[in-house]
Amino acid sequence: MNWRQVFTRDQSRHEARVVGWVIPENIRCVQCGICSYNCPIEIDVRQHAWLGKPVQDSHCLTCGECVARCPRGVLRFERNALFENGGKGA
Amino acid sequence: MSTKYVIVGAGAAGLGAAEAIKQADPSGEILILGDEAFGAYSRPGLAYYLTGELPEYQLKLPQLSRFSFLNARATAIDPHRKQVHLEDEKSIPYDKLLIATGSSAFQPPIPGADLEGVVKLDTLDDAREILKRARRNKCAVVIGGGITALELVEGLRARHVKTHYLLRGARYWRGVLDESESKIVEHRLKEDGVKLHYHTQTKQIIGKKGKVAGVETTAGDVINCHMVAIAVGVRPRLTLAKSAGLEIDRGILTDEYLQTSAPDIYAAGDVAQVYDPFSDRTILDTLWPTARAQGTAAGKNMAGLQQPYRKTVPFNVTRLAGLTTTIVGTVGHGEDDDLIGIARGDSETWRQLPDILEAQSNFDVNNLRIAVGEKHLVGAIIMGDQKLSRPLQVLIAEQADISSIRDALLEPEASIAEIITDYWIEWRKIHAPSNL
Repeated sequence: MNWRQVFTRDQSRHEARVVGWVIPENIRCVQCGICSYNCPIEIDVRQHAWLGKPVQDSHCLTCGECVARCPRGVLRFERNALFENGGKGA
Repeated sequence: MSTKYVIVGAGAAGLGAAEAIKQADPSGEILILGDEAFGAYSRPGLAYYLTGELPEYQLKLPQLSRFSFLNARATAIDPHRKQVHLEDEKSIPYDKLLIATGSSAFQPPIPGADLEGVVKLDTLDDAREILKRARRNKCAVVIGGGITALELVEGLRARHVKTHYLLRGARYWRGVLDESESKIVEHRLKEDGVKLHYHTQTKQIIGKKGKVAGVETTAGDVINCHMVAIAVGVRPRLTLAKSAGLEIDRGILTDEYLQTSAPDIYAAGDVAQVYDPFSDRTILDTLWPTARAQGTAAGKNMAGLQQPYRKTVPFNVTRLAGLTTTIVGTVGHGEDDDLIGIARGDSETWRQLPDILEAQSNFDVNNLRIAVGEKHLVGAIIMGDQKLSRPLQVLIAEQADISSIRDALLEPEASIAEIITDYWIEWRKIHAPSNL
């Protein structure tokens, strides 16, 4: 891997975070609460998972803590429609 | 006059029912009875409380606060007077009643099982007790199988307790996992410092002044320890159902509307034995999503919506020795040395593998096994890399026709993951709505 690829990979990772939101799949969820506990800004992600609703909280940093820490793969990032055209506005 | 709904049990089924009733009959009076003062919490979450990934306060489920909750133990039901009797001799009248009392650990008839220091993992109090003991006792023995036994093993290891895990047979969870899958789990446990004892049965738990001092095996060996954790399966909590004279087999028998043999009494969750269209018989399962779905269905029917409950393919995602594992559909062979009946996070469907072919693909700690039927996939176990967890869950639940890839899947060196991935991409274009 050369240095350009390092930057490209980093850029695509950041893009995934900026243009995505967290989607729960509630049939996997057992409401343990690890997601809410690890949210740095205290969004109750578990409640979103109970209701099967995306985390559309405007404060969500899409930092990925909840996605990474969920022991049951309930949460995933999904591209949303807000920042299509490569993040240059809809 | 508004309808009085009483729900006994504040678990996944009870909460699911309460929410469904509130939606279908907003003027109904809903009362949830629970015998734990803490209120509602996630039973599977106790495993993460034991490992220290969650503090106690985080276990509490806020959903319960939307309803009237009474911390009381129901002792009997009078179906003629339509009353629930409580431990303090008070009675509560109902128009519609849901029994969602769940299941509790089976206590095997091992001599010494009543000694101080013998623990199980049913409730928050049990978890508190284990943590309290783990601070003092630095050596423990775990007896049993399935997910709960590993939750105990992993929780104790996380608390730096030297842990011996006794297996009656040659390997872990023989009823659901195949040999290589058991090996993966056992290897990871050993790496974590767990001492596994194969072909080992407990003769007695040795006591000293009423407290656990060790375990004697049938081979005559003695393992010194101060704590013994037992997880050999669970039993539906049937006391209430028996008091009401309801029809019972292994659990409370229900019709497709989750109604029991008595009018206006329903059952849902671990305590209910429910019709399963996949096996054409009534079965138990002890899965959180199933309990919630049954509770929701029961609640709708209690509120008069008359909607039959359709059991779906059993599905669980869990962690086995730190490895995320999805189990979906039918994958096992039925026999298990370490479990009696059914364990938590388990479904009887998983162990009814018919005469079907299996294909497998191994790489490092990632392991994928699928059970291939005549035209459909009937089950899968995905350990480690979970990318195929959702696709396989959907393909199995939707009974996707896999005739076009069946031969390729069954080739000896087939690259199953790739074949499934390619198939999924095409299948999704045609069948799946946008939410898949």
